[in-house]
Amino acid sequence: MRLDVQGIVKRFGAVTALNGVDLAVEEGEFLTILGPSGSGKTTLLKAVAGFEVPDAGTVRLGDRDVTTAPARHRNVGMVFQNYALFPHMTVAENLAFPLEMRGTGKAAIARRVAEALALVELGGYAERLPRQLSGGQQQRVALARAIIFDPSLLLLDEPFGALDRKLRESLQLEVRRLQRRLKLTTLFITHDQEEALVMSDRIAVMDQGRIQQLGTPGEIYDFPVTRFVANFIGESNLIEATAQGGRVSVPGFGTMTLPEAPAPGPVTLLLRPEALRLGAEAGAAACHATATVLESVFLGLSVKLRLQPEGAPEMLARLPLRPSDPPPAAEGSTITIGFRPEDVHVVPRG
Amino acid sequence: MSSPAARRERALLLMGLPALLLLGVLFAWPVLRLLSMSVEDGSLEHLQRAVLDDLYLAVLFDSLKIAGFVTVICLVIAYPLAFWLSRASKIGLALGMFALLLPFWTSVLVRTYAWMVLLGRSGVINRMLRDWGLIESPLPLLHNLGGVLIGMVHVLLPYMVLPIYAALLRIDPDLPRAAEGLGAPRSAIFRRVILPLSLPGVAAGCALVFVLSLGFFITPALLGGGRVIMIAMLIEQQVRELLDWPFAAALSVVLLAVTLAIYAAINRLTKGARLAS
Repeated sequence: MRLDVQGIVKRFGAVTALNGVDLAVEEGEFLTILGPSGSGKTTLLKAVAGFEVPDAGTVRLGDRDVTTAPARHRNVGMVFQNYALFPHMTVAENLAFPLEMRGTGKAAIARRVAEALALVELGGYAERLPRQLSGGQQQRVALARAIIFDPSLLLLDEPFGALDRKLRESLQLEVRRLQRRLKLTTLFITHDQEEALVMSDRIAVMDQGRIQQLGTPGEIYDFPVTRFVANFIGESNLIEATAQGGRVSVPGFGTMTLPEAPAPGPVTLLLRPEALRLGAEAGAAACHATATVLESVFLGLSVKLRLQPEGAPEMLARLPLRPSDPPPAAEGSTITIGFRPEDVHVVPRG
Repeated sequence: MSSPAARRERALLLMGLPALLLLGVLFAWPVLRLLSMSVEDGSLEHLQRAVLDDLYLAVLFDSLKIAGFVTVICLVIAYPLAFWLSRASKIGLALGMFALLLPFWTSVLVRTYAWMVLLGRSGVINRMLRDWGLIESPLPLLHNLGGVLIGMVHVLLPYMVLPIYAALLRIDPDLPRAAEGLGAPRSAIFRRVILPLSLPGVAAGCALVFVLSLGFFITPALLGGGRVIMIAMLIEQQVRELLDWPFAAALSVVLLAVTLAIYAAINRLTKGARLAS
C-alpha cells in the first residue's frame, strides 16, 4: 500500500527531531531513509509505525489517515534493530503470534507458518527458541514474522547492523529479492550508505530532522544537492572555486568552462575520487596541478591515494586495479593530477 | 607459568574468600554443630520425635500453611506494585521505592509493636471504627491468624516486589512494542509477553518469601499472642524454656530439610521458565 507522509513535525522538549518531513513511498517500492544518528530517521519510523504521535502533519496508508491510530490497528510489519523476537516462544510461536491476534484459525496458522518458514529457508527450525539460532537466522525469523500477516507496509529498522559483513551482504540481497517478489511497500532505515545504495529504489537522505534529498541511488551519488549529501554518500573531494564570466577558476588547478555556467560567485564542486585523473591524461585536462603522493592504500580492487596538490587542499583519488597492474604511484613521488568539466558536479546549495 | 585466565580466576576467588570464611565460621559450623547435636549419643530418638509426634507435625503443617498464605498475599499485592514501579516516572519510582524500603530500614520489633498499637482491642483501628459508629464491640484483629498475616506480609513484601520489579525491568522494551505492532491489544501484550517473561522474578520472590516466612519468629510470636504457633517459636521454646538442646536441634534439622526441599521444588518448577528468558 502507498505510504504518504506530509509535514510531520515532532519535538522532544527543546529538540526538534522532525522538522516538516514530506515523503511518499509508492506501492511496491523500496525506499530508504539514510541519515546519521540523531538525524530524526528513527523518530520518523516510529511515527509511521505508530509508536510516536507527531505534533503536526499526517501519515496516510493507502487512503486511510493513520496519524493517531495505535500501532496494533495499522497492519504494519516491522523488523527491529535487535529483532525483538519473543525469547520464550519458539520460532513457530513467534510467527503464529500476529495471526492469532487476527483470529486466524489453527489450521490456517499452521499452513502459513510453514509457508513463511519455507520462504526464509528455515524449514527445520520451527521448534527452536530464538536464542538457539544464529544472528542471521534470527534476522530471517524476524523478517518472516513481519510479513506473515500480509502487512500494508514493511518497516526495517537497521536490521543488518548486528551481523558480520559477509552475512550482511547476502541477507541484503535476500531481503531485496523477497521484497520484489512479494511487491512489499518497504521503508528501510539505515545509517550505512553502501547498504542504502545496494538495496533501494529510492533514497531519502535525512539530516537535522529534514529530508535533504530524495532520489534514485544514482541521482544521489552523482548529483548531490547539498554538501552534507555529497559528504555522506561515498567519498568525495569538495573543491571551493569561483565562478566569473562563465568560467570557473579553481585555486591551484587553473580555469575551465562548465557545460552549464554557474552564477558568478563562490561555488562548491564535487569531484569523486574515481573521477580524478592522473599522469599524461591529467596534463591534457583543463584543470591540472602537480601533487605529492602522501599515502597509497591498497584496497584489493582499487588503490586509494591521498594527494597534496601544490596550492590546493588535500585530495583523494581512487584508481581501479587489475592484478597485473604495477602500483600507480609510490608514496612521496610527484605526479600530475587533473579533471575535466564533465568530471565535476556543482553542488547547488553549497 | 599460569595462563592469564587462570590467574584472573584465582584473583577473583581471593576476593570471595572473606565472605566464604565468614559463612564458614558463622553459618556452616553452627549448622553442622546443630546437626550433630540432633543425633547426640548416636540416637535418632530426638529426630524421630520431631518427625512423628502429632503435635510437632501439626505445628510444622501450620507453619507451611501460614508461609503459603503469606506468599500468595504478597504476590497478589506485589505484582501490580512492581508493574507500576517498572513504568513509573522518576518521582513516582523514588517515592514508591522509599515507601517500599522504609520497612527494610526499621527494626522488625518496632514494626511489630506498631502493628499491635494499630490492631489491638483498644487500638487505633478499633477505636476509629467505634467512634464512627461502624462497630459495637472491638473486632478481633490481633492475637489471631489475620494479625499474624498482616504483620508478616508487611515485613516480607519488599522481598517479593524487588525480584519481580527487576525481572520486569529486564524485559526489552522493544518486545511489548513488537507485540503491539503485530496487532496485540494491551491485555494480550501482558498475558503473552510480559507475564511469561517476568515469571523468573515471580519464582524468585515466592521462594524468598516462602522460605523466610517458614522461619519467622518475632512477628507471629507477638501478633499471634500465643494462639498462632510457628515452628521457629517451638524451637525457641525448647532452647529457652525447656533447655532441651538436642530436641531443638532436631526440630531445626526438620525445618532446614523442609526449607531446602521446597526451595529445590520451586527451582525445578521454574527452570523451564528461566531457560526461556
